Amino acid sequence: MATKILTEHINVPGIETFDVYRKQGGYTAVEKALKTMTPEAIVEEVKKAGVRGRGGAGFPMGMKWSFLAKPEGVPRYLVCNADESEPGTFKDHYLMKNIPHLLIEGMIVSSFALGANKSFIYVRGELMYVINILEKAIAEAKAKGFLGKNILGTGYDLELVVQPGGGAYICGEETALLESLEGKRGNPRNKPPFPAVKGLYQSPTVVNNVESIATAAWIVNNGGDAYAAVGIGRSTGTKLISASGHIRKPGVYEIELGLPVEDFLYADEWCGGIRPGHKFKALVAGGSSVPILPANLALTLANGEKRLMSYESLSDGGFATGTMLGSGGFIVFDETSCIVRNTWNFSRFYHHESCGQCSPCREGTGWMEKVLHRIEYGHGHQQDIDLLVDVAKKIEGNTICPLGDAAAWPVASAIRHFRDEFQWHIDNPSEATKPGAVYKGEMALV
Amino acid sequence: MTTETNPAVQFTPERLVKAQEIIARYPAGKQKSALLPLLHLLQEQEGWTSPEGMDYVARMLDIQPIEVYEVATFYTMYHINPVGKHVIEYCRTGPCCLMGGEEVYDHLKQRLGIDTGQTTVDGQFTLKEVECLAACGMGPVFQVREKYYMHLTNERVDEIIDELSK
Amino acid sequence: MIDLRLLSRTTIYMEDVKPQLLKVTIDGIEVEVEPGTTILQAARKIGPEVAPPAMCYYQPLKASGGKCRACLVRVAAGSAKDPRPMPKLVASCLTAVQDGMIVENTTNPQVIDARNGIVEFLLLNHPLDCPVCDQAGECDLQNFAFDHGKVTTRYEEERRTFEKQDIGPYIQLHMTRCILCYRCVFTADQITNKRVHGVLGRGDASEIGTYIEKAIDNDFSGNVIDVCPVGALTDKTYRFKNRVWFSKPVDAHRDCPTCSGNVTLWYRGEDVIRVTARKNEWNEVTEFICNTCRFEKKKTSDWTIEGPTKISRSSVISANKYRADTVKPAFGQRLAAAEYKAIHDERDTSQLGIQQLAPERFAKVLPSALDPEP
Repeated sequence: MATKILTEHINVPGIETFDVYRKQGGYTAVEKALKTMTPEAIVEEVKKAGVRGRGGAGFPMGMKWSFLAKPEGVPRYLVCNADESEPGTFKDHYLMKNIPHLLIEGMIVSSFALGANKSFIYVRGELMYVINILEKAIAEAKAKGFLGKNILGTGYDLELVVQPGGGAYICGEETALLESLEGKRGNPRNKPPFPAVKGLYQSPTVVNNVESIATAAWIVNNGGDAYAAVGIGRSTGTKLISASGHIRKPGVYEIELGLPVEDFLYADEWCGGIRPGHKFKALVAGGSSVPILPANLALTLANGEKRLMSYESLSDGGFATGTMLGSGGFIVFDETSCIVRNTWNFSRFYHHESCGQCSPCREGTGWMEKVLHRIEYGHGHQQDIDLLVDVAKKIEGNTICPLGDAAAWPVASAIRHFRDEFQWHIDNPSEATKPGAVYKGEMALV
Repeated sequence: MTTETNPAVQFTPERLVKAQEIIARYPAGKQKSALLPLLHLLQEQEGWTSPEGMDYVARMLDIQPIEVYEVATFYTMYHINPVGKHVIEYCRTGPCCLMGGEEVYDHLKQRLGIDTGQTTVDGQFTLKEVECLAACGMGPVFQVREKYYMHLTNERVDEIIDELSK
Repeated sequence: MIDLRLLSRTTIYMEDVKPQLLKVTIDGIEVEVEPGTTILQAARKIGPEVAPPAMCYYQPLKASGGKCRACLVRVAAGSAKDPRPMPKLVASCLTAVQDGMIVENTTNPQVIDARNGIVEFLLLNHPLDCPVCDQAGECDLQNFAFDHGKVTTRYEEERRTFEKQDIGPYIQLHMTRCILCYRCVFTADQITNKRVHGVLGRGDASEIGTYIEKAIDNDFSGNVIDVCPVGALTDKTYRFKNRVWFSKPVDAHRDCPTCSGNVTLWYRGEDVIRVTARKNEWNEVTEFICNTCRFEKKKTSDWTIEGPTKISRSSVISANKYRADTVKPAFGQRLAAAEYKAIHDERDTSQLGIQQLAPERFAKVLPSALDPEP
C-alpha cells in the first residue's frame, strides 16, 4: 500500500470538523512542535525532508525557510499560496475543501518555525465556498486553543487570516500575490529584493503552496528522515497529482514520487487508462505551462527507460525530449484532440492572464494567440510556425516574472513535437476547419 | 474634491460590521489590504462594483478612488458593469474543453438565447466566460456566485437553468 | 558662494565613510562606481555609446523601471568573487553593480536580438503616426526604434486603438500611442498630493485613465507631458503648432511662487510656442515645473533669458541625428573595429577610471559574442 502523507484520512466522514480530525490524530504536530521543539529544529527537519515547493517551481522548502531574514523588531510573515489557477491543477482545491484542518495544522507549525504571529492564506476568490470552509475550521481551532493568544499555554500567539483573491492567475506568482494581499493590482515585483528579505508590507516573508505547508505537520510528527525515505532521489515524499482529460478516472491522487508514468496512467488505482476505445496521443504532465509531450516520450525517456513521476525523470532530456513536474496538473489527450486548437486555447489563457506590466509578455502573449487563432481557423501562413517559435523565444527569459516563460513553453513545445499538425492546418485549411477535424498523419499513438 | 460622492451606496448594518472586522485583520496602517475583500462584499450587496460603491470603499479605507478603480478593473471577478440576477461564469480553458465543454457551452448559450458577455432581456442571467476554475477533473464547469456546477452535460445545464429560473 | 557648513559635512563624510568603489566593465570599458549603483547608471557614467536605452526607467521617479525591458543586458560575470554569468538577461536599470562585474550591452548578439524583439513588441500596437505626432523628433520610442528596430513588422493583425481623451484643459491623452511605462502614474504619485489617473484594466487591454471622466487638476499636472516617453500625453496649448526641429530652445527663469521657475522656452521665430521643464542629456526632467509657468507664461517678457539650451544628444535638433551614415555599423563590424577609446581626463581620473583593455582581456570579456550560443 502506497504511503499517504496528506490524504490518508481524507475520506473519513466528518473529517472537515475539528473533532473528527483530532480523533484521527490531528493537531498532534502542533502539540509536539510548540511544546517540545524549537523553531530551528523544525526548520532542520523540513530541510532533512527535502520537500520541494509543490506550487510548480520545485524549490526546496527548507532552504526557502532558511533564507528568511530575521531583523530585530520587524514582524515576519508566512503566506500560504492557495491561488491555484494553473490549468489542469485542482489539488489544493480538493485538499482545502475536504480536509481544511490539515492546512491549518501545517500553517501553525510552519508559522511557529518561522517566527510569524500573523499568517495569511491567500485563496483565489472564485473558491469563496472553500474560504468559508477554512474560516469555519479556523474558528473551531481557535475555540479549542490551537490558534489565537498563548496557544496551548506555550506563550506562542498566531492569527490566521484567509484572504480572497479577485480573479487573476498572475497572483499565483508570489510577489504578485503579495501585491494583491496589500490591496493592489497583481503586478509581480522586480526581484531582488526577494520576499525573504522584503515581502508583505516590506517585511521578511515566506510564501509556500498549500500542499507544501500541509506536509509540515507530517514532517513534525514523523521526522524529516522518514519523509525523505519516501520517493526517489531528490524527489522526496508524495505529490498530489490532478488528473484530467481523456482518462477513465479523472481526479486527485496522492502518489509516491518515482511511480512510473505508465503505471499512473494505466493502473486502476490511479487514472485507469485512456477512455475506452481511444488511444493515448499526448500529455501535459505538470499544468498547462510545462512542455507538452507526445505519448511515446511521455512514457519513456529518450534512452528507452521508463519515465517516472519525479522532478528529475520528467525533466530528463531537457526541453528537447522532456518536460517538468510543475504543479502536478496531469492533462491527458487522446487521438481526438487537436493540438493546434489546444495550443491556441492555452495561449489565449496566458494572453488573458498577463498582467500587462512588461512589454514582452503584454504584447507577445496576444500576438501568439492571434497567430494561433488564424492557423486554427484556416488563415495560417507558411511562415507562421517559425514566427511563433521566434516570438516565443523573444518572450522567454526576458520578462519580469515566469508568466512569460509559462506562455512561451506550451507554444514552443507543441511546435517542437507536433509541427506536422500545424503544417497540416496551414496547408489544408478547408479540411482542418471542418467541425471535429483532427490531423490523422503519422504520429506515435499508444 | 472633484470626486462626486453618492451617499446612496452604503453597506447594510450587518455588512458594515463585517467590513470593520475585515479591516481590523491587518496591521495598523495597512488597511488597504482590505480592498479586495471589501469589493467582494460590495458586489455581494449591490450585484456589481458601481463607481459610487467604489468611491464609498475608497473613503472607508482612506485611499484615493483611482486606487480602487485600478484594482477593480484588474481582477476579473468584479463586475464593473451591471449584471443580471444570476451570473453564470463558465470555464473555457483546455481541460474543460477536452471534456466536451465547447458543446455544453454552445447549448447553454442557445438555451439562454444570449452570447458571452450578454444579459437576458428579463435580467435573469448574465453569461461570462472565465479561465480555469481549478476543477479540471470535474469539467465542464461553471460557477454561479459561490456555487460550482461540475460534470456538466446539456441535460444538466437545462436542469440548472430551470432551477435558477424559479 | 560656498556654503561652509556643507563643505565641512562633506569632508567628514569623505574621511569617515569613504565608500569602497566598485569596478565594473561594460562593453569592454571599465568604470568605478559607488556601491548601490545600477548597471544602467554605471553605463551612463561611461557615456551614451554604451548606455542602454530606457523607455520606462526615469531616474527622478522612485520605483520606475523594470517594465519595458529595453535596457536588458547580459552579465557575463556576476562579480570578482563569483564570476559565473547570470543565466538570463537582466534589466540594467534595476540590477546593482558588483565589484568585478562584466556586462555586455551592444557587444552581445543575444542582447541585440532581445532589443530587436522589444522594439517589435512596443511597436506592435503603436500607431506609427509620427508624421502627425507632436512628440516626433523628441520621442524615446522613435530613438529606440531607430537604434534597435527593424524596418519591417511581422504583425498583421488589427492594432489596438483608443479614443483620444482630454484630461483637463491642458493635457490630451492619446492612449493608442502609450507604451505603459507607468512614468506618468509615478509622477502623479510622487509630485502631486492626489492622484486621479492610473492604470486600468489588465494585460494588453491595460490603459491609462481616470475611469470616470475626470480632469487631472493640480498645479503640477503638466509634468506628465514631460515624462511621457512617447506622444501619449501632449500639451494641448502646443498641439499641431510646430515640429520640434523648427524650434529653438532657450533656458529661462522667472520668480515663481509655486516652483523653481527654471524652464526651457521653445521659440519659433519671435514667439514662445511652448514651455517645458529642463531636461538632462538622458531626457529626464531635472526640476518639475508648475502649470502656470508651463501653460500661462508664453511671452518673452514673462521671463529672464539665460541663453540657448544645451541640446540633448537624443534630440533631433542635435545635428544630423538621423543621417543615414550615422546608423550604427553591424555588431561584427563594431567588434572588429573595437573602437573603444580611453578617455584621459586629468581632472577626474579617480571617479571615471576608464581605460583601454588589453586585447586578450577584451576577448575574454566577449565569449558569447565570439561564439554565439546555438
